[in-house]
Amino acid sequence: MTEDLSHHPLIVGAGPAGLAAAAVLQEAGRRPIILDEAPQPGGQGTRRLSPAMEGSRHRLFGRAAQHMSARERREDALLAKCDYRAGTLVWGAFGDEIEVMRDGRLQRIKRGPMIIASGAMDRIFPIPGWTLPGVYSIGAAQIALKRDACFIGRRVVFAGSSPLLYLAAVQYLRAGGHVAAVLDTTARGAKLRAAPGMALRGPRTLLDGLSMMLELRRAGIPIKTGVTLEGFEGGARVDVVRYRIARDRDARVECDAVAFGYGLRAESQLAELAGASFDFDMDFRQWFPKLDIDGRAGERLWLAGDGARIGGAAAAACAGQLAALSLLASEGANVPRLEIRRLRARLARWHGFQRAMARAFAPPTDGLRDLPDAAVLCRCERVSVGEVRQAIALQQGPVEVNRVKAITRCGMGRCQGRLCGLALAELTAGATGQTLEAVGRLRAQAPIRPIPVAAARRAAMGCEG
Amino acid sequence: MKEPQTFDAIIVGAGLFGCATGFFLAQRGLATAILERGHVGAQSSGANFGSLRLQGRAERQFPLSLRAQALWEDFENWVGESCEYDRTGHIYFARNDEGRAKLLEYVKAGRSAGLEIEILEGEALRRRLPFLTEDAHIACHSPRSATANPRLATPAICRAFLRQGGTLRSGCEVVRVAHRDGCFRVETAGGETLSAPFLVNAAGAWAGEIAGRFGEPVPLFGAGPPQFVTEPLPYRLRPVLQSIEGDLILRQIPRGNFIFAGYPRTRANAGGKFTFVPPRKVETGLQVIAETMPGLISAQVIRNWSGVEGYLPDMLPVIGPSSTTEGLFHAFGASGGGFQIGPAVGENLASLIVGDRPVCPLEDYAIGRFSGGAETSDRIAREFDT
Repeated sequence: MTEDLSHHPLIVGAGPAGLAAAAVLQEAGRRPIILDEAPQPGGQGTRRLSPAMEGSRHRLFGRAAQHMSARERREDALLAKCDYRAGTLVWGAFGDEIEVMRDGRLQRIKRGPMIIASGAMDRIFPIPGWTLPGVYSIGAAQIALKRDACFIGRRVVFAGSSPLLYLAAVQYLRAGGHVAAVLDTTARGAKLRAAPGMALRGPRTLLDGLSMMLELRRAGIPIKTGVTLEGFEGGARVDVVRYRIARDRDARVECDAVAFGYGLRAESQLAELAGASFDFDMDFRQWFPKLDIDGRAGERLWLAGDGARIGGAAAAACAGQLAALSLLASEGANVPRLEIRRLRARLARWHGFQRAMARAFAPPTDGLRDLPDAAVLCRCERVSVGEVRQAIALQQGPVEVNRVKAITRCGMGRCQGRLCGLALAELTAGATGQTLEAVGRLRAQAPIRPIPVAAARRAAMGCEG
Repeated sequence: MKEPQTFDAIIVGAGLFGCATGFFLAQRGLATAILERGHVGAQSSGANFGSLRLQGRAERQFPLSLRAQALWEDFENWVGESCEYDRTGHIYFARNDEGRAKLLEYVKAGRSAGLEIEILEGEALRRRLPFLTEDAHIACHSPRSATANPRLATPAICRAFLRQGGTLRSGCEVVRVAHRDGCFRVETAGGETLSAPFLVNAAGAWAGEIAGRFGEPVPLFGAGPPQFVTEPLPYRLRPVLQSIEGDLILRQIPRGNFIFAGYPRTRANAGGKFTFVPPRKVETGLQVIAETMPGLISAQVIRNWSGVEGYLPDMLPVIGPSSTTEGLFHAFGASGGGFQIGPAVGENLASLIVGDRPVCPLEDYAIGRFSGGAETSDRIAREFDT
């Protein structure tokens, strides 16, 4: 039972990029179909507050609160004019069909031109103790707050190397949470060196970042930079973060939760299944889909937002608009050339900014080499760093990550390689003396998210009678 | 012109057949080289279901199958490493009268070959397999059947081959093979030349090229069944479960994940390098599970994959000497059943090559059977995309 939606443009993802693309298409007289996994629009970059958190809107966002509310109302008005399907997971793509699950049932859709705006998630590198209860990613800490009106703990340490570190800590602070410390693994020197580049391209964002740090300091929250994280320790739950800083080899901070992460990792699995090819980017230490200047990745395929290039919400909106305009142009519509040039220039500036940020907030990948054998690399399949090292040492011939995955099961679990994939590549490159590019990347496979057997039941397919 | 590197035997393909043959030749003191254009055991040998099934074979296949099982049971001793061999047992189940008849035939053939097979029906069946659909009214259990991890087995045998003095060239594609004056000359893409009086064509789904080159073409094609795995669930199912109708094979590994393979098989892609699983087949696979294993209805499928296996119309491999060229031997086309027989194929082919009588008769697997037009198995229509 295939639904033929091929006469409308289709957007996967209702985050900043998807919504921006929808707005352009809708204004051009189309009725785009928007499929979004989440029950509410906004994605992660512009995640909406749940009703339980509405009362905290002004506390959390300050002067930006009104602007955000207005934006959300505009988005709702836009979505009312589109074929917007929330709670719809796109788990596979093949030719001109996409596979979808909605209300626990599988559906197949014949699609026309498609824009994938699937966003990104935290980039995680393992550290001893990272599988202890109470340890979350930075994104997860934000979701807990915004969606579930919960703090991840009563004394939270924010650790890692990302501007999101400060953003999340400030949000917790403003919401009344207790931030035990911010442990930034990036050295101040690296950030200072990158500052001119960042200032040139995104002065407001740079200032926002600095003012967040100031806000945290004013609240008396310890901020340490140039930290080397040693491990998370605890019994039933994490209760201490151990780290090294300068000459202090045994620093520790007590906590009952940790939010950590090292920047973002593009969610590009669907793009890969839809036919995009990939290039390696050393600044971001990951693979990104090949795109033209407007985000075109294939004959009827465009990609926009963090799922294609790490860029943040503002860049995502630009990219979404450009992809939509390119889609319209491909169908022979008249498109505003000046606007396109302006958007391209703006997007290029954002990408430049993010590149400078990526260099400034480089993850401590050298530390992976020093991980003890007992540390968990693949938490879903419980594969240790030692097992992976042993397997790599036994291999004959060139070693690439899919091979290591096949032998060790690393990446075969529930998270489908999202949490361990990049770490596996770093470890494999280090152990074999190859470049990060040479060891490749984990191949995407459908379903790109786990799907229940129940969803395929024939009765459930709506095929009855 | 560079002098070729000389060996006693050259094997093309480092799959299970190639590595096993290589091991037994090296063990007998022959200087043996295996040439592999990709990675050791990466295709069918590494992606198959891992079932070491004894029942459900034609009577003639039992000698090879039983000898192979003895080798699997002793794997750690002759290979020196584990392949996660586990004597899990194997159960066929039937859901209709036609299936029942076929199942009983399999029981008869297995018992004639000396296999212990238990029939399960009624209450006994419900008690043993409570989560199986009630449509299944009869089953047969072979306790000596087992499972192993295909991703580990072939690389382990290859390492044992190397320890016996064998030579491996991986990432090494064969571009030309010639035969002159009782010697095979093999040229690789990297510009190397190797020569030997014996050549073994163990090139899996790609073995048709060499066979054709030596004037004995075979109707070989590449295909693979889509396979799926669920998240880990409490460990409950030890034996491998297989429907006699051929639409499902399922097992649970001790870690708790259920692995199942579905049909129809998909043909390999144009270059024959891999078999892509169209998402449609994910849906079909899940449907079959939902129908046969209602107890797994809430399980989440987290991954799928396929591999490229070599298939022949009668669903039997080619094993044995060339019908045209002295010194050339073939071992390919196991049509989805190569994993279990692999070690015995290697052992018997090695015997044949050095001039000994193989323990298991190999006449049924002669390449010459295709010149007259071999039978087409009824499974071809049922188990493959047209």
